[in-house]
Amino acid sequence: MSDRTTLQIVQISGHPGPVPGNGVQRQEQVCKLVDTTTCIGCKACEVACVEWNDLPFQRTTFDNTYQTMPETNWNYWNLIKFNEHEGEDGTLQWLMRKDQCMHCADPGCLRACPADGAIVQYSNGIVDFQQEHCIGCQYCVSGCPFNIPRFNSSTKKVYKCTLCSDRVSEGLEPACIKACPTGCLHFGTKDDMKMLANTRVTQLKEHYGMEKAGVYDPESVGGTHVLYVLHDATTPELYGGLPAVPRIPLSFTVWKSFFKPLGLAAAMLSFFGVLFHYIFEGPRRIQPELPVKLSEPPARGNQ
Amino acid sequence: MATTVKNFGEEPNRIDRLGRTVVHEGELLRHSVYTRFLHWMYGIFFFLALMSGFGIYLPWIFRWFTPLLGGGPTTRILHPWFGLGFVIFFGLQVLNWRNLMRWTEADTRWMRNIKSYIRNEEAVEAPDVGFFNAGQKLQFWEIVGGCVAYVITGVIMWFPEIFGRIAVAISYVIHDISALIMLAGIFVHIYLSTIGEPHTFQSMTRGTVREDWAWTHHPAWFQRITGRDPRVALAERRKRLVARDE
Repeated sequence: MSDRTTLQIVQISGHPGPVPGNGVQRQEQVCKLVDTTTCIGCKACEVACVEWNDLPFQRTTFDNTYQTMPETNWNYWNLIKFNEHEGEDGTLQWLMRKDQCMHCADPGCLRACPADGAIVQYSNGIVDFQQEHCIGCQYCVSGCPFNIPRFNSSTKKVYKCTLCSDRVSEGLEPACIKACPTGCLHFGTKDDMKMLANTRVTQLKEHYGMEKAGVYDPESVGGTHVLYVLHDATTPELYGGLPAVPRIPLSFTVWKSFFKPLGLAAAMLSFFGVLFHYIFEGPRRIQPELPVKLSEPPARGNQ
Repeated sequence: MATTVKNFGEEPNRIDRLGRTVVHEGELLRHSVYTRFLHWMYGIFFFLALMSGFGIYLPWIFRWFTPLLGGGPTTRILHPWFGLGFVIFFGLQVLNWRNLMRWTEADTRWMRNIKSYIRNEEAVEAPDVGFFNAGQKLQFWEIVGGCVAYVITGVIMWFPEIFGRIAVAISYVIHDISALIMLAGIFVHIYLSTIGEPHTFQSMTRGTVREDWAWTHHPAWFQRITGRDPRVALAERRKRLVARDE
């Protein structure tokens, strides 16, 4: 059997040495496009996600909105966030955004993860959690600028949207895309989705007078494999806390990849310090020591 | 036990009377059973926490530590408890040693002279070096500070859902730095208590040290506990040895 599975891994968390799948396969970057301007908040994508992934149901919290629950959960990876926004001119906007893993090109979760193989990135751009290797430290939660990984306190593992890697590897679109009735969700290559998004933005600007319309594809995480078309791309925070400039904490980039090994080497200097102290200076012996008699010079073994 | 203590009328308290320490001829009581018990308890917890921690700190190199502790998830669950064990037993030692570890002017002088200590320029320690020298006190207080850092940052990482992602991202750097300092320190500690200064190790096992060890490494303590001048004692011993040799 060939080991050339459909999804080749290009990045592995906490992994020593090279990554076996890196660069051995020509593969397109896949991408989801979420056009928030045509989302009607029907939640078909939420249902499709729960259905396809066989996620167990749970009691939700009603907080006087249309939102299914306040936040995504370990068993609820896809959530439409409903936000009411009053514009400067007094007009009311109902902003709906499909919240799920963004599948960053430079994933903060993967950078933060200390467990070998618990988070992988495939060559098509999907970032996936491998729960069997997860140690439950929740560093990924800290590393993610989109607040996506969710901890299950009974399994001690972290879960999130897989971008339906099981479906995508078989040439199918993700379940949420398939369920969308308005055509607000699209799936394809990153280049195609970018083009589609830009076309839509031009249309919004020219036909609807939405001057601030734009595509959300933050460069600070190397771009994402989920694109948003926003009515107002200048303030993405309006859409349920989408960060304008998502950042991975420096401790997971600079400290982890550079200073950690350096710090260990520095600490090991102490080991070599005491070793060579013994060789160069020798032990501090209890006094008094018997003086060597001058009439009998000390024997020298190697002469 | 403890003829040395009796000499000076310092009645050992209930905790110091725990267990049995046999002080042989020519020996002095150094550490009581309680002190030794605490030392080995936090010693064990230190290495458990160190191993489980480094399995998570640098999995590229230390991933083979985690299977020894029951695998990744178990290591992650155990590490905070190991750390807690270390901090609790060390905390008891802090209470036990709080007077002995007080910094004095003699310690400041010792630190100024640290170069000659490292290079073994003096055969015996300065006459004002007491029960602990300044190097030991420095390491002790470093660990106290490290424990405070461990507890604060450790609790933040133990319950990230309460403290938030940025607190965790900052905490783990501080936690790491503290661990690296202690890792560097443990080599010095083990070296000086074993091959670096022979006959020191028995103070933490049997609890006693040789008299000549005491006047070599802790002259002021020797003087306080025996009432004899360490320099005179040393000179007498030397005379005796030379006489025997001839």
